[in-house]
Amino acid sequence: MPGVQRITGRAVALQRDDVDTDQIIPAAWLKRVERTGFAAGLFGAWRDDPAFALNRPGAAGSKVLVAGDNFGCGSSREHAVWALRDFGFAAVVSPGFADIFRGNAISSGLVPAQVDAAAVERIFQALAGDPEAEVVVDVAARTVAVPSAGIDEPFALPDFARWRLLEGLDDIALTLRHADAITAFETGRPSWLPAQDPAAPASR
Amino acid sequence: MSVRLFDKVWDRHLVVSPEGQPPLLYIDLHLVHEVTSPQAFEGLELAGRAVRRPDLTLATMDHDVPTIGLDKPIADPLAAEQIARLRRNCAAHGITLHGLGSIEQGIVHVIGPQLGLTQPGMTVVCGDSHTSTHGAFGALAFGIGTTEVEHVLATQTLRQVKPAAMAVTVEGKLGEGITAKDLVLGIVRALGPGGGVGSVIEYRGDAIRALSMEGRMTVCNMSIEGGARAGLIGPDDTTFGYLEGRRHSPSGQDWEAALDYWRSLVTDDGAEFDHEIRLDASALRPAVTWGTTPAQSVSIDDKVPDPGSFASPAQQQAAQRALTYMGLEPGTAIRDIPVDAVFIGSCTNGRLEDLRAAAGVLGGRHVRPGVRALVVPGSARVKAAAEAEGLDRIFTQAGFEWRSAGCSMCLGMNGDIVAPGQRCASTSNRNFEGRQGPGGRTHLVSPAVAAATAVAGHFTLPGDL
Repeated sequence: MPGVQRITGRAVALQRDDVDTDQIIPAAWLKRVERTGFAAGLFGAWRDDPAFALNRPGAAGSKVLVAGDNFGCGSSREHAVWALRDFGFAAVVSPGFADIFRGNAISSGLVPAQVDAAAVERIFQALAGDPEAEVVVDVAARTVAVPSAGIDEPFALPDFARWRLLEGLDDIALTLRHADAITAFETGRPSWLPAQDPAAPASR
Repeated sequence: MSVRLFDKVWDRHLVVSPEGQPPLLYIDLHLVHEVTSPQAFEGLELAGRAVRRPDLTLATMDHDVPTIGLDKPIADPLAAEQIARLRRNCAAHGITLHGLGSIEQGIVHVIGPQLGLTQPGMTVVCGDSHTSTHGAFGALAFGIGTTEVEHVLATQTLRQVKPAAMAVTVEGKLGEGITAKDLVLGIVRALGPGGGVGSVIEYRGDAIRALSMEGRMTVCNMSIEGGARAGLIGPDDTTFGYLEGRRHSPSGQDWEAALDYWRSLVTDDGAEFDHEIRLDASALRPAVTWGTTPAQSVSIDDKVPDPGSFASPAQQQAAQRALTYMGLEPGTAIRDIPVDAVFIGSCTNGRLEDLRAAAGVLGGRHVRPGVRALVVPGSARVKAAAEAEGLDRIFTQAGFEWRSAGCSMCLGMNGDIVAPGQRCASTSNRNFEGRQGPGGRTHLVSPAVAAATAVAGHFTLPGDL
């Protein structure tokens, strides 16, 4: 996964709270066995509405999605992150993210920029005034800016998450550096804990 | 020092806490299903990595399996391919698979507890947000994404920032006919859809203690609908009674050793939580959702709310959007809302106790003409047990379709869907737009209310029939 330093581009404003992952990528799309090819399904049902933000001329090619609070609630489907990435989004700016969505975003290199609610409101206003305004999400500096509107706000992102995004790190390789500690832990687990018998035939 | 249950389980699973990084937690049980795993196995294979602990991994098929015609090939080519992939991946990596046709097949969150695999003090993960269900046993259990599924397959650990601890304390006694579903819908209403974000909930109080294991699973299952990734309940004699004698439960001396540990899994007196909310169980009534998040519910005695009655402009706007989608007018009595479909099942309410509650309402009655009613047991064993009690005949004689186990109409992946514009009383967990099928309208209710509603054709309590 490539690292992500700084994202500069147009933004789509999705001024709704509690956008759930069933809306971001409807269940019919979860039958795919690949990590790509989800762009057409992004906000599938809402895109039937010509007035929906993603149908605005200029939305195509946008890099940043600005959304209401508790973005990505509901189902754990990482397909929601893949769909946002496939459409071209590299960052989502919101006052708050659902826990599983936030983890999935960091895993797949989509920047979850958590910005104070009042600042998100100012960004919405700036985008209402100029839908083509350039938005800059700087991962290294942890700031979201709309330079034409004089907006430059910090966003919350833990150090480790920032590092992973910047470097595009393989988390498994990082963990396997602790393989000895994992093995040592395993020797201390009680023997009565449940386990499957790998020799037993599969029950079909 | 007073320690919380959550900390006891967390601390016992800490493998290492690297400087400047979130700690690695050991995972005791990893449940796998067909929908969120293919990309994880592919990633593993591309990197040339093995599954570290196939013996701590268990797979089943639930999300897009058919619930009728199991003797025929799966008609949907995409679902068939996903299911074939799971078979292939499990075979290649030595993972036990309870596939379609097995007596052990079923919804992941129904089969884990049923097999005795979910035990107090364990860590349980699955690529499914309703993994919180297993918290009913005092396990720390949460949903993960596919990249994390791959991480657990490869390392048997998960890198996790420690969440905050929230107490949801429910004192008092639930009234006659008020169920765990009504209780958790009340809790989610109090929390709001994002109130639990960043937290693990411990459910406490008399009303929680009085619940059966099935009821506790219903409550913990919907923790995620309040934003909390996990919810747990301290184990007690109800828990131990449920576990004793199950296939994977410890036995003999091991049972005694396990019990000693399990009895230590309580939040010590005086321990403090980062947040707490309190509810009075006796004030709860049967709940029905009216909107498009599980937090938008009212009592069945109530009316569809006026969006103007909400405090913030954002809530007002959300309520208006929800009512437009749901095709509802403010001020309509909930009991006057007609339904087109009824769904009884899911990881929330698809266990034997739920089917008994629904069947108990139906004896000698019939589903109202024009209403499509479906019962989908949570597992093949639940189906078999229900049939042994004759529940299947009660359902079919009443006009319900009696199906095989799976997630089915909870998320409509397998073709069991609510048609556009149709209204469904559902015992599942999510009333999001299009959740049960594009354009479908979902109202979440308990199994008994779902059954009574099927008979009346509009929202009804069993006692009203």
